[in-house]
Formats: sequence, structure tokens, C-alpha cells
Amino acid sequence: MKQTFEDFKLIRNPAGQLQLTTRSNEVHNGVYPVRAFPISATDEGLSLMSREGHELAWINQLSELPEEIRALVAEELTQREFMPEIHRIIHVSSFATPSTWQLMTNRGEATLTLKSEDHIRRLTHTSLLISDSHGIDFLIPEIDKLDKPSRKLLDRFL
Amino acid sequence: MNKQIQHLNSAPKPLPDDWQTIVSARLMNAETMHGWLEINLDNRLHFKKSLLVVTNQRLLHIELQALDSAAQSIEFQYGANLKLNYHDHAGVGKIELFEEEKRIAYWFLTLENNTAALRFVKQFAQQITSLVTGQAISIEPTEPCPKCQFPMTADQDECPQCSRTLDAPPSTWTLFRLWRFAKPYQWQLLAGFLLMLASTAATLVPPYLTIPLMDKVLIPYQNGVPIDKGLVSLLLIGLLGSALLAWSLGWARTYILALVSERIGADLRTITYEHLLRLSLEYFGGKRTGDLMARIGSESDRICVFLSLHLLDFATDVLMIIMTAAILISINAKLALITLLPLPIIAWMIHLVRDRLRTGFEKIDRVWSQVSNVLADTIPGIRVVKAFAQENREATRFREANQQNLIVNDRINKIWSLFSPSVTLLTEIGLLLVWAFGIWQVSRNEISVGVLTAFLAYISRFYTRLDSMSRIVSVTQKAASGAKRIFDILDHVSSVPEATNPVHLEKVTGKIEITNAGFRYGNRTVIKSINLTIQPGEMIGLVGHSGSGKSTLVNLMCRFYDVSSGSISLDGVNIRSLPISEYRRNIGLVLQDPFLFFGSIADNIAYGKPDASRAEIVAAARAAHAHEFILRLPHGYDSLVGERGHGLSGGERQRISIARALLIDPHILILDEATASVDTETEKEIQKALDNLVQGRTTIAIAHRLSTLHKANRLVVLDQGEVVEIGSHDELMAKEGAYYRLYQAQARNVDTDLDDLSSEDGIASKEMNTSS
Repeated sequence: MKQTFEDFKLIRNPAGQLQLTTRSNEVHNGVYPVRAFPISATDEGLSLMSREGHELAWINQLSELPEEIRALVAEELTQREFMPEIHRIIHVSSFATPSTWQLMTNRGEATLTLKSEDHIRRLTHTSLLISDSHGIDFLIPEIDKLDKPSRKLLDRFL
Repeated sequence: MNKQIQHLNSAPKPLPDDWQTIVSARLMNAETMHGWLEINLDNRLHFKKSLLVVTNQRLLHIELQALDSAAQSIEFQYGANLKLNYHDHAGVGKIELFEEEKRIAYWFLTLENNTAALRFVKQFAQQITSLVTGQAISIEPTEPCPKCQFPMTADQDECPQCSRTLDAPPSTWTLFRLWRFAKPYQWQLLAGFLLMLASTAATLVPPYLTIPLMDKVLIPYQNGVPIDKGLVSLLLIGLLGSALLAWSLGWARTYILALVSERIGADLRTITYEHLLRLSLEYFGGKRTGDLMARIGSESDRICVFLSLHLLDFATDVLMIIMTAAILISINAKLALITLLPLPIIAWMIHLVRDRLRTGFEKIDRVWSQVSNVLADTIPGIRVVKAFAQENREATRFREANQQNLIVNDRINKIWSLFSPSVTLLTEIGLLLVWAFGIWQVSRNEISVGVLTAFLAYISRFYTRLDSMSRIVSVTQKAASGAKRIFDILDHVSSVPEATNPVHLEKVTGKIEITNAGFRYGNRTVIKSINLTIQPGEMIGLVGHSGSGKSTLVNLMCRFYDVSSGSISLDGVNIRSLPISEYRRNIGLVLQDPFLFFGSIADNIAYGKPDASRAEIVAAARAAHAHEFILRLPHGYDSLVGERGHGLSGGERQRISIARALLIDPHILILDEATASVDTETEKEIQKALDNLVQGRTTIAIAHRLSTLHKANRLVVLDQGEVVEIGSHDELMAKEGAYYRLYQAQARNVDTDLDDLSSEDGIASKEMNTSS
């Protein structure tokens, strides 16, 4: 059932979806890639899922894919994955929740509304996942890499 | 297209100012804007603002260039074959423009703009429809908030009722909110305050008496005048009398105020707990038991101690300072000024340290709840810990949490330990000042020695009190952060709100209508758009893979959560407008893993109807096929069962929970995998019990063993939050669709999808245990 990349073809169909054709010529439209470990190991273990949510192919490493498929998968991933990384905390409206944060992320300037401290999850000792009130997850991969004012602001919530 | 939009209003709202000129510059003659949507992500999902506009002629996308801020725009002329699609994934919404089957453009935005996006897609569809049909667009009346039925105006994206949670930040002022709890005791508080005034005044008499003792007795004696025994005994009696008076008044004051503060603390606890119980399952899903327990237990106790002890002392001290200052000034203004000089300095110091301490104490609180969370995680899961021999790892986890606690405490103690000695040092310096200035004044005969001794007696008390007053900083901060955490609970509005104008159903028939119901959990859409009408007395079987939304649908029907869109109604009345407890009284719920409370079996059966007679309990147990095994227990119906019903097997506990559901005689019955966790033999027994239960009631049953649904009138097959098939077993088998495949897979006994994750299919099946 599981296939490796030699066994399928992947193209983008006119409707803008990924289209996967298996070796036995089954055609799946609306295929989407997911990472198995989106936080702990981004490039290790990807799966191509059918629209119905069944696994069609497993990819051990993104880098093992042939170039054109890799580009398609990577492009689809950039449009599906949304977990901005916080680079700097510019301002927080209050130290008590709910609190609105002005942030600089790897995806540009953003605001985050923290409903309560419980929405800050410690992933490891140094990384945090912060869910905002609209369901967006913001990631702080390394607390120590934040600048001092940001760390100080963040510290008030930990 | 998404069905949600039909609940939204379509009147355009004004553009934000910065877009105004840009848009109007682009509109042609006779072109009017009908709607707009601010896009806040670009195609690489970076935060970038752009604008989509629907006019009467075309769809415009306007982008600002970063540097020169010249706007660029792309236009799409309307055509009958144009279509906008909107869907979301992981917190990001995606709008796609299709021409026939070809996607010609797409945009991304965060779900912050979800409502606006839905409205925009609808506005676009109206334009296309009017282009095709040639009819003008009809504007629908405004609809209430889909979440809480609060009336919304056309230009509101968010319901003011639902988004009210964004409050002003709390501070020490939070403590003043405790007044709400103190109000019932205001007269006792007033009496306590008056007693405090009197007792403080009484303690200030003795130093005053030292003036005549010194000036009229001791100093004249040193100068050769004999001691006036009458005056001495009068003064000594005065000293004793004032001491006794201060003692008795102080006792009465402390007693009354301690009594009151204890009551305030108790009220705080009960009210917080009552409020907590009314919050929706969503709240409990996001909170940890240890943390909630700490808030209600120890935090309220801390506030209570603060009120009865620290605040009381502080108020006494403040009174004393004011009174002392008044007395000192009345004796000698100049010396009094010198004496009071260190006071502002100390006050300033207190203020300085205050902020640092507060954050520190908040931190300690959070670390402390982490420690208790480790306990709350591990102890219920002790079987797993032991089975996998991970005791050491759990011990390490606890040690780490404790270590964290130590580190945080160490840090704050560093500041704190410096604080008290500094106050003492200032006190000593202050005394020195008074000595120096006093001696100088005595030498110039401005004051007598008696006055100086009185001053010294006053201020040595006064300064020692300042020292203890400085402690108020930390205790106030502690109490304030405790109060904040309690008010966090109290301020939390249930996401399943009570209706403002509740409708009462006289007689319930049990007809359930689900219209366009959608549900989103966090950023995941769990239920898409479900339409289902269930007739009174009908039995519906919900079938589908794990994660297809069966349990969530049942949770929505029980109103453990509220639908994100669409509606669910009972006998034609939206369940949102029914009083919650009245509505739930009509529902009998049997869960996969029944929860038994500590108490007797009889109590557990009568949980939903505490005033049930013994005969009723026995009848219910009989019908549930539980009667016989209960009688075999040593204490019959009075046998005690523990938290998870220790000593009873899964099937036995299940039958008790069926009896519990039978006893309340519900119109609607919900069986959530009621037979999933028992063996086939017990299942048969339970099935017999269930057959009794089902008769004459509207029943919704979830089962992953399809054979248990043979009595169902209709089967509803769910997949990924949508209804894919409805029909009887025979019809669906004939259709050879999704149900057929499920059934075949099970008949061959090779299915893994259904069995392996059967307990995980609802997002809340875990929490539901507590609410049966």
C-alpha cells in the first residue's frame, strides 16, 4: 500500500491541487503533504495523504525526492504550514491575560492574543508553542535566542 | 461552498481609512463597491496586508508595494462560470477563485477574519447570481451572533458578547474586587473597624504618660524634690488601665475580623466552585486538574489569611502611624518633622521592591502549580507508570519541577532578604536622627527630657511597625495574584451560555433537528455541515471511522459544546434558547467508560434523581439487568464503590450507568460506545438492558460494532465531519457505499481502522466521563 517516490507521479492539476498517479494508474486529486514531526524533525518523515485522509505515499526525507516532485511538495507545504516563529516580542499590552502581543516573526510583523497562560506550551526546555485566540500556533524554537527585552517580557508569562 | 455564510449579513461596512483613497482611485464610473475583505497573508503565508474588493462589475485584489507604497491591483471581470471557494486548515483560511474547474487565483488569511471572509464569499456569490439572473441583490436582515444569539449589527465581525473576554489587566486592584464577597458582612466589618480605632488609640496612651512621669517625677527627684507618691500611683494605674483596655479591645477586634474573613474565604471558595461547575467542557479540556484544585483550595485560603491577618495588621499600623504623627506634632512640631523624615524614604523603598516581588510571586505560583500538576498527572496514571516501570522517570520529573520551584524561590529570596535588613537599618538611622536633634533641642531648652523620652518611646514602636508594614508588600502581592487566579475562573464566561430569554418546553416529544451544524475545535474543523432530522422515538445509529465526528456530534446534541454555525433544535426550539439544566434533564447518557462516584450503588443509580424512592432504584436496576449482581455483593445496594468503581467489572459498571440513565426516564437517549469495552457475553447482557432502555425514546447510538445497531431505524454514516449516507441497514447494504465497505470489513474481521482507535474519536470523549 505504501509507496516510495519511484512508484508515483505528482503534478499540479488545473484546479491548483496536487494530483498523484500511482503505478497502477489510480489518480488522486487534492493530495496533500503532511510532516510527521512538524516541530521536532521537520524534514524527516513526510506523508502524502489523499483528500479522504488516507496515506498514499511515505517519504523518508524530503531531500530524497526527485527535484520536480520535491519542488511541488515544498511549495504545497509552504502554503499549508503556518507556524510563525517568534523572533522578537515588541510589546505586550499587559502582563495579565488576556494580553495582546506585538511580534516580529519569521513571517513578518504579527499580533497575537494570548487568552491565558495555559496557551503557552513548553515543548522542550528551550522551546515554546504559543496558541493565539484564533488558533494560530506561534513557535519559539530557542528561548535563549530571543533578545533580552523579549526574554524579559516572555518571562513574565512563564 | 461553505454553508455558514447564509447566517451572515451582507450589508457592506465602511472601509478603513488607509484603503479608502486607494480603492476609490481604482473604481471606474458607475462602479460601486459591494464588499471588501482585508487579506493579511501572502502566498508564502507571510504577514502582509492586501485587499479584496467586490464591486458591481469585478473582483479586485489590491496590493501595496512596500517601498513606494504605490498600490498594484489585479482585476477579475465577472462571468457566470466564476466561483469563490473558502475553506480553512490549521488556522489559515484560503480563498480560491475558480473559472469552471480551473483555479485562477487564491489568497490566504488568518482566521481572525473568518467571519468577514465568509461574508465576502457570499457577497461575491450574490454578484455572480445577479449577473446570471439579472435580478438585483436582496439584502437580508441582520442575524444574531451564531454563537450566543446576541444581536449583531451589520458591521460587526465579532459578537460583542463573545469577544468581551478582553478585559483590562488586573493588578493589586484585583483585591478590591473582593468587596463583592465582603459586602454581606459590612456591619461586622464596620464594628471591627471601630474597635480597631479604639484599641489602637488605647495602645498610644502609655508613651504619653511617660512625659509627666519623667518631667514631674523623675527629673525633679534628681534635682532633690521628693517623689509624689499619689501622682506616681495615679500614673502607674493609668499605664495598667490603658494596657488592659488595649488588650480587651484588641481581642474583640481580632476575633470579629477573623470571623468575617473566614466567612469571606468560605464564600469565595463555594462561589468559585459553583461557577466552575457551570463552565463548559471546553474550559475543563484546556485546564489541568491540579491547577484548578490549587486555585480553589490554597489560593482562597491565602486570601483569607491575608484578610484576617496581614491586612488587619496593616490597617492597625496605618492608623497607629497617623495617630502617632498627630500626637507627636501636637507635642512638638519641629521634632515631629525630623522623626517622620525617614518615612517617605522607606515608603519609596517599598515601592521600588514591590514590582519585582510581585512578578516573582506570580512565578512562584505558576511553578507551584506545575509541581502539583506532575502529581495530578502521575497518580491517576499510576498503573501505566508501574506497568512500564517508569517510576524513576516520574520521580525525576517531580524532582525537576521541584528544582524549578527552588530556583524561582531562590531568586526572589535574594531581593526579599535584602529588603528587611535595609528597613531595619533605616529605622536605626531614624532613631539616631531623633536622638541628635532631641538632645540639641533639650540643650536649648526647647523641649523637656520627658518629651524626648516620649518621642523615643513613640518612634521605636512606630519604626518597628514600619518594618512589619513592609511585609505587607509581599503578602498583598501574593494575595493579589491569588485573587487574580480566582477571578480568572469567575470572569470566565461559559462558552455554552444560558439563554437570556429562556423558552420552557411543556412537553417534550424528542424530535431533534440538526441544520447546517458545523463545529470547530481550536483550528480544526471537526464537523462541517450536518443536516439531520430525528423523529420522536426513532433510533439512529451513528457509524463511521474514528475521528469522523460521531462523538463530537453527540457532544453538540448534549450541548456540552455549542455549534460554531448552524443550529440544533429540540421539538422545533433551538436548544440554545432552552435553560441548560432543563434541557439536559431530557437526555440520558451512557458512556463507554462509565464514571461512578464515591458512594453506595444506590446513590450512584439515583445520581440524576436524588429523591428517587428505593422501589424506583430497584426497578431501574432490574431493567438494566443489574439487580442480580448487585444482590450478590455483600452489602447489596448499599455496597460502596470507589472513584472508578473499583471492585466492579466493566460490564457491571456499565449496567449501573444504564440504570442511572433509565431512572431519570429521559426522552432522548445517547449511547456513546456503550458496549465497546466489554466482552461479547457481557455485551449481550448489556444489549438486553439497552433494549429496555431504548423503548419509546429518541435514541442516538454510537457503536463501532455494527452488529449492535441492528435495532436502529436509520443508520447515519459520518466521514470527516460530514454525513455521507443515511438509511436502514438493508438500504445501505444494497447501495454498496461507505457503510457496505465498513460492514464487509467488519464481517471479514480484518478491519483495523474502526477498532484500533475507537476511544479517540471525539475530541472530548475523555471529558465526557465526568458528566454522565
